[in-house]
Amino acid sequence: MRELLARLLAAFHRSRREQDLDAEIAAHLKLAIDDLVSRGADPREARRLALAKFGGVEAAREEHRDARGLPWADRLAQDLRYALRTMRREPAFTAFAVLIAALGIAAATTVFSVLSTLLLRPLPFSQPDRLVWVANAPPEDGLSAQTLQVLRFLSFRNRNHSFRDMAAYFAFYEPGDSTLNWNGRIERLNVLPVSQNFFPLLGVKPEIGRGFSTQECQWNGPKAALLSHGLWVRRFASDPHLVGRTIPLDDSPVTVVGVLPASFDFGAVFAPGIQMDLYVPFPLTDETDRWGNTLAVVGRLKPGVTIQSAQAEATVLGQLITREPHRGNDITPQLTPLKQHVSGRLRPALLTLAFAVVAVMLIVCANLSNLLLVRGAARQKEFAIRSALGAGLARLARQVLTESLLLALFAAAVGACLAWLGTRALAGLTAFNIPLLSSVRLDGTALAFTIALAVLSGVVFGLAPALHVPRGDVGEALKEQGRAATDSHRHGLLRSVLVVAEIAFASVLLVGTGLLIRSFLRVLDVNLGFQPARAAAMRIDMPSQFLQDNMAKTTVARRDAYFNDVLGRVRSLPGVEAAGIIDSPPLGRNRTWGIAAHGMTYKPNEYPEAFVHVVSDGYIPAAGIRIIEGRDFTERDTTETEPAIVINETLARRLWHGEEALGRQVDGPFKTPCRVVGIVSDVRHLALEQASGSEMYFTLRQVHDLPSIYLVLRSRLDTAALTSSVRQTLLPLDPEMPREQFESLEQLVDRSVSPRRFIVFLLAGFAAFALVLASLGIYAVISYSVGQRKQEIGIRMALGASPGTLQNGILRETLRLAAIGLAVGAFVSAAASQLIQGLLYGVRPEDPVTFLGVIALMLAVAAIAGYLPARRASLTDPMIALRAE
Amino acid sequence: MPESKLGLLQGTLDVMVLQTLAAMGPQHGYGIARRIEQVSGDEILLNQGTIYASLVRLQHRGWIRAKWGASENKRKAKFYSITPKGRVRLGQDVAYWQRLADVMGRVLASRARENGNA
Repeated sequence: MRELLARLLAAFHRSRREQDLDAEIAAHLKLAIDDLVSRGADPREARRLALAKFGGVEAAREEHRDARGLPWADRLAQDLRYALRTMRREPAFTAFAVLIAALGIAAATTVFSVLSTLLLRPLPFSQPDRLVWVANAPPEDGLSAQTLQVLRFLSFRNRNHSFRDMAAYFAFYEPGDSTLNWNGRIERLNVLPVSQNFFPLLGVKPEIGRGFSTQECQWNGPKAALLSHGLWVRRFASDPHLVGRTIPLDDSPVTVVGVLPASFDFGAVFAPGIQMDLYVPFPLTDETDRWGNTLAVVGRLKPGVTIQSAQAEATVLGQLITREPHRGNDITPQLTPLKQHVSGRLRPALLTLAFAVVAVMLIVCANLSNLLLVRGAARQKEFAIRSALGAGLARLARQVLTESLLLALFAAAVGACLAWLGTRALAGLTAFNIPLLSSVRLDGTALAFTIALAVLSGVVFGLAPALHVPRGDVGEALKEQGRAATDSHRHGLLRSVLVVAEIAFASVLLVGTGLLIRSFLRVLDVNLGFQPARAAAMRIDMPSQFLQDNMAKTTVARRDAYFNDVLGRVRSLPGVEAAGIIDSPPLGRNRTWGIAAHGMTYKPNEYPEAFVHVVSDGYIPAAGIRIIEGRDFTERDTTETEPAIVINETLARRLWHGEEALGRQVDGPFKTPCRVVGIVSDVRHLALEQASGSEMYFTLRQVHDLPSIYLVLRSRLDTAALTSSVRQTLLPLDPEMPREQFESLEQLVDRSVSPRRFIVFLLAGFAAFALVLASLGIYAVISYSVGQRKQEIGIRMALGASPGTLQNGILRETLRLAAIGLAVGAFVSAAASQLIQGLLYGVRPEDPVTFLGVIALMLAVAAIAGYLPARRASLTDPMIALRAE
Repeated sequence: MPESKLGLLQGTLDVMVLQTLAAMGPQHGYGIARRIEQVSGDEILLNQGTIYASLVRLQHRGWIRAKWGASENKRKAKFYSITPKGRVRLGQDVAYWQRLADVMGRVLASRARENGNA
């Protein structure tokens, strides 16, 4: 301990110690000379003798230093100084190497941050691993199927033994469900109705105020709301006295009971892309039970209960409850850990990204390794001289490794900055439907990862050059005149292997990216069933006097007149080609109702269901949905006439198995059967990748259940122009109309494919980077080997080889490397593409177009990378090449 | 003849330095080196320079201390003296080396006997 301290001190007082030692050595020599002279030696001879006895002043100094200071630290400092000097001497090389490594590290760190947020970091709730998502059906079945009915849910909650508690929210909210009229600004807000215990179950406590009281959660109880932190800051200037006061929400006063903390972001976890503004109580009562399946459920498992045992109990209990006499929908709970529900869908894509980043990093390492090897060869003389001066092989190897580590650490610094920018950019991407994306950030874990990655890659790409420190005869190396060194063959082989590896990795990345890009294009190419181009939608809910549950005839008439007025005004606007109304635009919310061919009986489990759209006349053409048979609704389809229904092809097939469907009757939501008046094409309204299933359309004049109203226009005008002219024309009808913007249907489509686009963009970036690196690798190796063989080339040209022959020879060599790399790459790709099968759409994992395309691209790039040095070689003047010796 | 001189075993120089200082009192580096050479009857191969690494090592361990002073012929020199801790250590080292020497002696003596019997 004491010794270590002394050594440390010594390391700090380096120069003083050194002077002290010099003085001591000088004194020693003087004393020795005195002594020898006094014993009769000649003074000059005495000096020589004294020095001989002393045995090498420099060696003694070195030994003294070792004994005195921290020898490894000294050497490290020396290595570092030397490395820095080397780097400064070749700024271009250094900058290039640092840049390559930094890009790789930045990519890896960014992807790591995303991965750590979405997969590794726990959800921002208390004991999140005990939280379970309770659905009634798998996610591809539509919201109505996935959700639970209120009384069924209550019964299940009371009787199960697995959950400590279960909470629910109303799954059929739509963005902009409420309007807030505050300080003269009317704004549509996103409101989520939740059960009383929703926040307590998640462990989220209001920042100020309280949660909902039991009374507030009764049917027609006192109106209360919890504000999100964002809304509180944005609209109420963070006023702490707001709590306890009322705000005018949907024309009635609602008491603000509390404000939720900023850390709680419902949208980020449960509804990516949606910013929830406030929360209201959802009563779990007989009244809400009548609405059918409405609840999305989260449960908290009791300590020690596994999800498997909870599932086993839930299955049995679900069957038991379903069989009970109380009328209600089936309950078939399906449990998933909440974390998996939130990010499980993205897991394969994220893992693909992770693999891609590993491949990129390996290519970066191979590339740098190669560059360092080439440079190492150029530095053979330097190493020879240093080893002649007494540097051991291990020391030289350590020197090379120090240099590569230093490069890597510089790269880490640059890379961390880039990753910081990258993660910030990602977190700011609001247009992407990816959960938790906004909380992606560069945290301590990610930084630790960066440093570990830098050290690891520094060692990896420094290892080959370090092991290839030229050994053997110093004289030999010094005699070399820049020509092939003693072990250049081994060297060349290693470099070739590295290039082949780069090509192989790059081609695997390219194949994966190619497959995903082709899938993406296929998705975009999908027949949506509607035409998003030149169409736009905006929410325009009607004035509240029309929003009554049981409508008198007069109200219905006034309501119909209102719709006629709205559509009439909008249609007469210049530039508007078609206009219609729908309850929810495509790729938004969905709901299903039962529907049956009139006169048919179905088994209980086989009763047909279809997605419901309540529309006005004109919606179908405005959205660009094709009418295959029959007609659109008209203004004359009212409560006074026979109920009408328009169905899609799938539902027609489902109900009548290919027989003529037009004009037939179905049992729907009316007291009397309704008539099929039209058959339209299938619309992909769940997701682009997902077939639409059965769909049916009702006119809003006959079905009054319209939770929200969207105006859909077909027009050449841009959305801003549409917004202002439509607003102007509708304002007289509804003076309190909130400010809303038209959103083009293309934007809706874009948002729906955003997770796929996100992955494709990142992967394409990585693949491009890999391609550039691989081509650089080829270029470096070929031009080096050409440079080394200058003389040989000169001789061959002098003997009559034509430049063309030479050029071809070099190109052949290049393509041979590329071919080996591609063969390996194709083999690996074939296996790897099976793993990403789940991400592909409309493309087989062994898609020949992609594979052949990648092979062609890679060969072309290799040919170019090899052609440049080949051409340079063929232009060699044989005389100059020979004289160069 | 250099070949016939003894190479220094690891750790022996430190003991010799301590012993020299214990026996002679404060001494400068050259004096210690000379003394070791004399005592060993010039049988040890000692580069005098190596003594300084040993001195700094002993100093760091707190077994000796150093002070600049003047030699008998008025040369400025650094004088080393043994500390109480150094004496304790020397005692341990001496005991160790004596035991080792005894054992080595016995082992080698038995070998000599065997050779004699053969």
